[in-house]
Amino acid sequence: MEQRGNLAKWLPWVSAPVLLILLVIVWSLVVSVFGVSEFVLPAPSAVAASLGELVVDPATWGHVQVTVTEVLSGFAIALVLGVLGGVVLGRIAWLEVAMRPALVAFQVVPKVALIPIFVIWFGFGLTSKVIMAAILAFFPILLNVLLGVRSVDRGHRDVMRGLGASRWSTFRNLELPSTLPYVFAGMEVAIVFSVIGAIVGEYLGGNEGLGFLVVSSLNALDAPALFAVIVLLAAVGSVLFFAVNLAKRLVIPWHESVSEKEFA
Amino acid sequence: MTDHLLAEPTTPPDVVTPELELAGVDKVYSSRRGSTEALRGIDLRVAAGEFVALVGRSGCGKTTLLRILAGLLPPTGGDVRAGGRPVWRGGRRDEETVSRFGLVFQEPNLFPWFTIEDNVALPLKLRGTDRATRRARAHELCELVGLGGFEKSLPRELSGGMRQRAAIARALSCDPSVLLMDEPFGALDALTRDRMNLELQSIASSTGATVVFVTHSIPEAVFLADRVVLLSPRPGRIHSVTDVDLARPRELEIDVEPAFRETVRALRAGLDEEDTKRSGAGPWEED
Repeated sequence: MEQRGNLAKWLPWVSAPVLLILLVIVWSLVVSVFGVSEFVLPAPSAVAASLGELVVDPATWGHVQVTVTEVLSGFAIALVLGVLGGVVLGRIAWLEVAMRPALVAFQVVPKVALIPIFVIWFGFGLTSKVIMAAILAFFPILLNVLLGVRSVDRGHRDVMRGLGASRWSTFRNLELPSTLPYVFAGMEVAIVFSVIGAIVGEYLGGNEGLGFLVVSSLNALDAPALFAVIVLLAAVGSVLFFAVNLAKRLVIPWHESVSEKEFA
Repeated sequence: MTDHLLAEPTTPPDVVTPELELAGVDKVYSSRRGSTEALRGIDLRVAAGEFVALVGRSGCGKTTLLRILAGLLPPTGGDVRAGGRPVWRGGRRDEETVSRFGLVFQEPNLFPWFTIEDNVALPLKLRGTDRATRRARAHELCELVGLGGFEKSLPRELSGGMRQRAAIARALSCDPSVLLMDEPFGALDALTRDRMNLELQSIASSTGATVVFVTHSIPEAVFLADRVVLLSPRPGRIHSVTDVDLARPRELEIDVEPAFRETVRALRAGLDEEDTKRSGAGPWEED
């Protein structure tokens, strides 16, 4: 038991770099053995060189800052509206039933298709991307919170009722902590979706952000730079995801999703 | 008033003012598909400090009865009183009356986000007791139920039996004069259950609390109770009330004594008699 627990703790720290090194080796071999054109698949060394140039260029960090601002603003808006909406719909059953067709309809629309509309309405600046990030992040939060509000344990409710707890005490001691794991589950999905929203927004319009950098590398037919920007994007996305994950670990350390998982 | 009470066959002679009093309690569940009569005309008086077990098959309304008593479920008719005060006023329960109760459910129902200490002291927290007093009281209660040293543990780190002990400690934290327990040991293994029964007996006698204990185990009821109330189903009614004349404290070995076995046998016979009266359930269909 003890040893297995330890294994679960250190194994990812070893396996992740090993997998990464394997990927790079296979990648290099494929490029050199089959003589793949640099435009189709640049060698890892070329990507690394490009990434090096990118990282030392202060302009890159300006783009990172723009993208992160868009992602976090959109995410924050989605969090506030998603939690509010989820609590209201979770509490008022008839309203949820009334809203369901609209929610389903809006959910099945491929939301990235809406970006041109936002560009028309809000221009090529930050606003259209923030809105895109917010819309993509909104639904996972809304639906999780809705589920969380509905899932408060009946036995727990009986305990509070038996103790004659006030509405506020019940919220503070039962409903809030019981819903938080659902909020964080929604947030973990939502932060990834916000990144997608912001990047796709940047593809379509404007001259700032990592999404713009992807498009401009493509226009310059600079494949190594394109790959390097994608690596940078992955890094930014990971940092944001782990920030949410860390927040979860700090806020709900008691929850099963936080405890060390063991092998079954 | 006293004369009237003494005239009741289910009342022990020493009762002056019953701690709990149910008079003509009915409960009908109504749904779109029709209505189900869960309880009909329940009359019961429980003296202060008395231990009463409610026994019956599933569906006989014993949990419904306990929930009405606890103020969790309004009755459709009749009168429920605790310490002479009504538990229900119209459809609303009387908070002050209910605050004298400690509740233990089938499930421990501990809050996973609180430590054992915080779970045990939750009733005190809701009453605005300061933190230091809460901690001291929680520690004391953890010692009482055999959870000393686990105050800082989370519920998920404890076994089922330990969690149910914590739930009992929580119910005791406000010094309730009445403990209402709904099959609290139903989910535990037989050995843990025996030990919990012994501990509950000593807790009940040391706190002097009145206990109403729902179970579907006749031996458990006979071991714990001063009186066993047998309920019959559809609709739930009181079939019989049996006095258990066994000295306290009772040891687990009491189950080999003739008086114990005779009481258990008589209660089983009462249950079977009910079963043969209705064609639906076979005589050995437990639970």
